Amino acid sequence: MPAYTAPLRDFAFVLNELIKVQEIVPTLPGYAEATEDVYASYLEAAAKFCESELAPINRSGDEAGCVFNPADHSVTTPDGFAAAYQQYCELGFPGLDCDPAYGGQGMPKTLAFPVMEMLTSSNVAWSMYPGLSHGAYAAIHAHGTDEQKDAYLPQLVSGEWTGTMCLTEPHCGTDLGLLKSRAEPNGDGSYAISGTKIFISAGEHDLADNIIHLVLARLPDAPKDVKGISLFIVPKFHTDASRNDVFCGSLEHKMGIKANATAVLNFDGAKGYLIGEPNKGLACMFTMMNAARLGCGMQGLGLGEASFQGSLAYAKDRLQMRASNGPAFPEKSADPIIVHPDVRRMLLTQKAYTEAGRALTALLALQLDIEEKHPDADQRKEAADLVALLTPVAKAFMTDNGYIATNLGMQVFGGHGFIREWGMEQLVRDCRISQIYEGTNGIQALDLIGRKVLLDQGQKLRKFSGMVVAFCKAQEGDERMREFVEPLMKLLKDTGELTMHIGMAAMKNRDEAGAAATDYLRVIGHVTYAWLWARMAKVAFDQGDAADPFYQAKITTARFYFAKLLPEVHGLMVSIKSGAAPLMTLDAEHFAFQ
Amino acid sequence: MKALVAVKRVVDYNVKVRVKADGSDVDIANVKMSMNPFDEIAVEEAVRLKEAGKVSEIVVVSLGVKQCEETLRTALAMGADRAVHVETDAELQPLAVAKLLKAVADKEQPSIAILGKQAIDDDANQTGQMLAALLGWGQGTFASKVELNAETATVTREVDGGLETVKLALPVVITADLRLNEPRYVKLPNIMAAKKKPLDKLSPADLGVDIAPRLKTLKVAEPAKRSAGIKVANAAELVAKLKNDAKVL
Ligand SMILES: Cc1cc2nc3c(=O)[nH]c(=O)nc-3n(C[C@H](O)[C@H](O)[C@H](O)COP(=O)(O)OP(=O)(O)OC[C@H]3O[C@@H](n4cnc5c(N)ncnc54)[C@H](O)[C@@H]3O)c2cc1C
Ligand SMILES: Cc1cc2nc3c(=O)[nH]c(=O)nc-3n(C[C@H](O)[C@H](O)[C@H](O)COP(=O)(O)OP(=O)(O)OC[C@H]3O[C@@H](n4cnc5c(N)ncnc54)[C@H](O)[C@@H]3O)c2cc1C
Repeated sequence: MPAYTAPLRDFAFVLNELIKVQEIVPTLPGYAEATEDVYASYLEAAAKFCESELAPINRSGDEAGCVFNPADHSVTTPDGFAAAYQQYCELGFPGLDCDPAYGGQGMPKTLAFPVMEMLTSSNVAWSMYPGLSHGAYAAIHAHGTDEQKDAYLPQLVSGEWTGTMCLTEPHCGTDLGLLKSRAEPNGDGSYAISGTKIFISAGEHDLADNIIHLVLARLPDAPKDVKGISLFIVPKFHTDASRNDVFCGSLEHKMGIKANATAVLNFDGAKGYLIGEPNKGLACMFTMMNAARLGCGMQGLGLGEASFQGSLAYAKDRLQMRASNGPAFPEKSADPIIVHPDVRRMLLTQKAYTEAGRALTALLALQLDIEEKHPDADQRKEAADLVALLTPVAKAFMTDNGYIATNLGMQVFGGHGFIREWGMEQLVRDCRISQIYEGTNGIQALDLIGRKVLLDQGQKLRKFSGMVVAFCKAQEGDERMREFVEPLMKLLKDTGELTMHIGMAAMKNRDEAGAAATDYLRVIGHVTYAWLWARMAKVAFDQGDAADPFYQAKITTARFYFAKLLPEVHGLMVSIKSGAAPLMTLDAEHFAFQ
Repeated sequence: MKALVAVKRVVDYNVKVRVKADGSDVDIANVKMSMNPFDEIAVEEAVRLKEAGKVSEIVVVSLGVKQCEETLRTALAMGADRAVHVETDAELQPLAVAKLLKAVADKEQPSIAILGKQAIDDDANQTGQMLAALLGWGQGTFASKVELNAETATVTREVDGGLETVKLALPVVITADLRLNEPRYVKLPNIMAAKKKPLDKLSPADLGVDIAPRLKTLKVAEPAKRSAGIKVANAAELVAKLKNDAKVL
């Protein structure tokens, strides 16, 4: 397994110099104590834990996987997982950004997100146990009654109990309107929940005493589609310690995140409690969807970083062939492969995607902090709009790039990348699921082009473009920034036209939007990263201590991004403009012939 | 019983340091800094002694630039009760550090002073010994085990030949070796709690200590690059080479 060292310097750069969280976060109500030194201390504490406790059990966890014990429906997690979880709770991690009223530390998302990145880099499978708990916490905190909050939140915040999110059923994943699980009133205010949920992450395990399932199900008289779904709290153990009728039926055997239990859960009249209003269950889930999707996007980021660290170290060490223009290290039997242009292409692609992803994550975390705490409603709305627009982009673009980055990391290792002992192929496998769950990347793309762009006549997109234009305008007179600002302005103009083009085409034929969606999301992702790389270059030019290679490396990587990765948009735009016909013409019966 | 623990801010052990272009020193601009690992062990030992009811108050002290505050806050988050920062931008050599610590010890009157056996930046391994001499206290250096009683401390020391156990009358200076304990992780809520613990600022002048360097650094250079080795065919050739070429046999 490649050794993991938390990128603390880059976190400090992004938080303090690029996004400048200190100018805003400590002024928000409740965050006065979130000062720069507190961020640094928290991040350092988290880095130590991730490097020393989670990274060492990442590969062994993958080899061992989770074991289902049919006799008592229990699940055994890999060696060291429960002990690390115990320690994680004792150190106070679960309550990091939770409400102090329930025992949390009330820290902002701009602090919680970098911690999450470190957890995913060091051990993504492990990180999903507390990750799902946080989702359950957020749902109950947002929609629970005071009694429900008092009953469940303290234990979720301390980590004594964990949580799950139970949406998926065998016949429905993307289309939750098809959901069948039922909830019959028991007459005492509780409900009997029946049905089968599949693919439930952290659905059963031996890390904690109790599991609080949040379950989507239908009330008896509910409408058939998505408007008839309600949300229920179904604890594995009741408050009186008796066992509820929800049992793990089996575990999935899967490609990656093997150390996270993906469970089939059978609800057999399990006692549950309605949370939020009847038939409003999906809306309840959606309130925390943005945070969950960003968390998922961060898996692409974290795994890309882990892979980059491995491949960079390897590329400096592995001797193979000579540099084309003559030996770089004549005294050695060959040159380290980092001298070769193609290896540099791979490493720089990893680096450029990862660092831009980190910047995007911090930017969105700041918007979430503002959306939650800012006293001014307009500011909250602005922040919410930006989060809404960029969440599908962050989820899909970061996980697609994470997959590219982990794959390149494996490629840098040559044949050794394919061998399990090196740990590089595990990162590819672990990353792959992030493109599928939390709404497939195809669905994220539809969300972007449909709900986020076309449905509001491009308002949110125009506001976003306005921010980028304002940045570009502010660089006028700064000759050093021309190489970034000019292509960025051109790209914005082209993107505006492209959006119009899709909008017009989709008015005549709805399939045009669906046909453009995935390419379009990638274009918007590139616009976003290009903007962030230009901003990073600006910081580096201005703050740049000439002796500090860190800033020079930012500028050089920004140049690489604009020169080598950004041009992908041209191909994407051509593809989009070719429209839906090339996709829709072939008869489904004619895709293959016997 | 009061314990005084000295903590130094040093370049993090993960960082590969570079020599400044002018060869005057190691370049520490923008590199990650942390608490000296041996000092972390010293803090941990003091906290354990407090948890065991042997020590009632832990005072941590750090000497140097403004950012030493961060190192002190880490020690406070680990469980120290209050901090003293003797702030100066001047270069501090072991003798000056020992004198400053003596002045702090004179004020604080601790029964034990715990230090790391050495700092991983200059590896001097002198401060604890000098401090004991200046104070006229006994010293238990390279400690791998400490037993504290009302009047005495029994210290197991890691020496070249193995372990040596000494019994010392209090007050005493102890320097921590690697195997004394494994320092705890900081609990996150303690980070905020540490911000509320007292941190006093002093200057070398307040303590009346002359910190002028006694040693002059002439030049700092990277270790010479190792040249490639050679392969020998068999043991006989190896012995011959060790005898004739290397002249070590
Ligand atoms: C390891 C793992 C962990 C998981 N954890 C959880 C969990 O904790 N809780 C939970 O509830 N679920 C969980 N899931 C389920 C996951 O969220 C779903 O698999 C995902 O939503 C996709 O649903 P599906 O598998 O039914 O695929 P389908 O919905 O059948 O989709 C198949 C393909 O069709 C495409 N598609 C579907 N509809 C459209 C459309 N209208 N337009 C274009 N393309 C479309 C999809 O993009 C996809 O490529 C997990 C799954 C896995 C594998
Ligand atoms: C499952 C498996 C089966 C195999 N079967 C066989 C077999 O039957 N017989 C056999 O002999 N071998 C076999 N191999 C070995 C395989 O052919 C090598 O792994 C492959 O040639 C790459 O060599 P390497 O692993 O040493 O990687 P390296 O040569 O170390 O390459 C590492 C990285 O550096 C890049 N690189 C190296 N030099 C340059 C350069 N000059 N310019 C640009 N980039 C460069 C590479 O493209 C790669 O990305 C097998 C390997 C595996 C994993």
